[in-house]
Amino acid sequence: MQAFTQLNGLVAPIDRANVDTDAIIPKQFLKSIKRSGFGPNAFDEWRYLDQGEPGMDNSKRPINPDFVLNQSRYQGASVLLTRENFGCGSSREHAPWALEDYGFKVIIAPSFADIFFNNCFKNGMLPIVLNAGVVDGLFNQVAVNEGYKLSIDLSAQTITTPAGEVHSFEVDAFRKHCLLNGLDDIGLTMQQQDKIKAFELKHQQAQPWLFN
Amino acid sequence: MAKTLYDKLFDSHVVTEENGTALIYIDRHLVHEVTSPQAFEGLRLAGRKPWRISSIVATADHNTPTNGWDKGLSGIADPVARLQIETLSDNIREFGAKAYFPFMDSRQGIVHVVGPEQGATLPGMTVVCGDSHTSTHGAFGALAHGIGTSEVEHVMATQCLVQKKSKTMQVLVNGTLEKGVTAKDVALAIIGKTGTAGGNGYAIEFAGSVIRNMSMEGRMTLCNMAIEAGARAGIVAVDDTTINYVKGRPFSPKAEQWDAAVAYWNTLHSDEGAKFDATVILDAKDIQPQVTWGTSPEMVVGIDGKVPSLEMAKNEVQRGDWERAYAYMGLTPNTSISDIQIDKVFIGSCTNSRIEDLRAAAAIAKGKHIAPNVKLALVVPGSGLVKAQAEQEGLDKIFTEAGFEWREPGCSMCLAMNADRLASGERCASTSNRNFEGRQGQGGRTHLVSPEMAAAAAVAGHFVDVRDLS
Repeated sequence: MQAFTQLNGLVAPIDRANVDTDAIIPKQFLKSIKRSGFGPNAFDEWRYLDQGEPGMDNSKRPINPDFVLNQSRYQGASVLLTRENFGCGSSREHAPWALEDYGFKVIIAPSFADIFFNNCFKNGMLPIVLNAGVVDGLFNQVAVNEGYKLSIDLSAQTITTPAGEVHSFEVDAFRKHCLLNGLDDIGLTMQQQDKIKAFELKHQQAQPWLFN
Repeated sequence: MAKTLYDKLFDSHVVTEENGTALIYIDRHLVHEVTSPQAFEGLRLAGRKPWRISSIVATADHNTPTNGWDKGLSGIADPVARLQIETLSDNIREFGAKAYFPFMDSRQGIVHVVGPEQGATLPGMTVVCGDSHTSTHGAFGALAHGIGTSEVEHVMATQCLVQKKSKTMQVLVNGTLEKGVTAKDVALAIIGKTGTAGGNGYAIEFAGSVIRNMSMEGRMTLCNMAIEAGARAGIVAVDDTTINYVKGRPFSPKAEQWDAAVAYWNTLHSDEGAKFDATVILDAKDIQPQVTWGTSPEMVVGIDGKVPSLEMAKNEVQRGDWERAYAYMGLTPNTSISDIQIDKVFIGSCTNSRIEDLRAAAAIAKGKHIAPNVKLALVVPGSGLVKAQAEQEGLDKIFTEAGFEWREPGCSMCLAMNADRLASGERCASTSNRNFEGRQGQGGRTHLVSPEMAAAAAVAGHFVDVRDLS
């Protein structure tokens, strides 16, 4: 996994609550057996005016000019600012894959759905929870300042605005450690394999029917 | 100290724990074609093998067609879908599984229907699957939740999952449900109360007299929808209903193992005086048949209700969401739910495709016919075994005589990955679990209801109160 340490990135706002993973990457793209290439279809139904299908040449499709990410001022954004319960619904990891492939590294919201939140960390992305008032303030700032960027420092757990205002955020210590160092979860867990084997043996003795 | 059921299940699976992050052991891993190929590929690239093959039960469900089975695999018109289904077979052949029910196997079906049906889901287990509706299996007093594909690979390689303990929420539903009010209505009423983010960070235990009196299939419907309340896991304590359901299924324990298992399973309930981080209480008498009006399961009202007006929104963000929902759904505030006309009906999904669901819908459809404005009414059984049982009971004939289509099992129009979908602007009464924009087809408009309510809407051509039909 790619490490995440710091980022100074352009912010794009999606001013909606409860953005679900079906919206982030519609189901027809889940037929792929690959892990990459989902970026051009991130937010497909909001982003294009036609109906998207796998295998289409996305550069030739009609763009929805009303969708915020299609505005020229947000091209190249790497920080997504959004509202509560982002990533709800389906557990599809294709959602963070699509956002990451699109270019987002950080997502800021007042809250996230649990499975999506967890999936982000597996893909070198940092979801940040800030209180709703602070998020409101950031939405206002982005609206009036073209080219609005935020500096995110995972090690210090801070977000710094262009005006120098600093917002701290919480992050689980283990996830932070993995993200900062780009550590593969499986490799880490395999270091515990003796403990897993010991547990398994005990578990099998207690509930043998689980191992039939 | 008095423990909650969640605590008992979690604590009994902890391999190691450090600073609140635990490694928990996984007993059952359910696998389907959509969220597994990248995980198998990851194993292959790293030269890893599954830790315990006997934990894996697999089936193809999301992408499989619900008709044209006489043509076999070549009947799957979409080559990308066909490749994904074939890839699952190739992967299971290479890596192994305790059981695999491939496309067109008589026991194939929706993974959350197949697991319990086979006795592959047992009380006290930890169950995972790369699918958010894995919460369904919590109905058995199991700790079950959806995971992403990276975690699918992690569980395959290590038999464990890195987890932090959730907070606990008790949802108590007291009293007795009126006839015509179902587990689906209870689930939607709860979500209407908590909101779709209300359960974020929690594991929900459903309790109270309504749940105690509910069948296992009803409890599965309820736990299935826990994720729509934001909770990864929903759980119900074990009782005789649970044990009677599990008994005699293909993978259930037998002989002396059965007695030992039952003795253990009978301890799987929250202790008297156990503390929950949150409690939500509903009274059964306040729960009507529910119909969602918007694009999130929390946008729900009783059948007597109306599409709410903007003044009722709790804040600016919700006002914005509702305005978008009115536009997407083609509805205006204060429209009576019973005035909403429908174009299609879908009876199926991991929420409502089991035999009791089909019996309940058939009882409404019997001797009637779908309304002229209903272009398509699909009944998609949850598994091959549910389908066979329904046919043995003659339910297929009741449905087809009433103008419904009787299809092969799978996820079908719940997520519309196969050919079953809504066209833009079409309005559907659906027994599935999500009414998100585009969920059942781009531009499609979904209203979530119970099987009884879906069948009644099919016959009337608009939503009606099933309580008025008996």
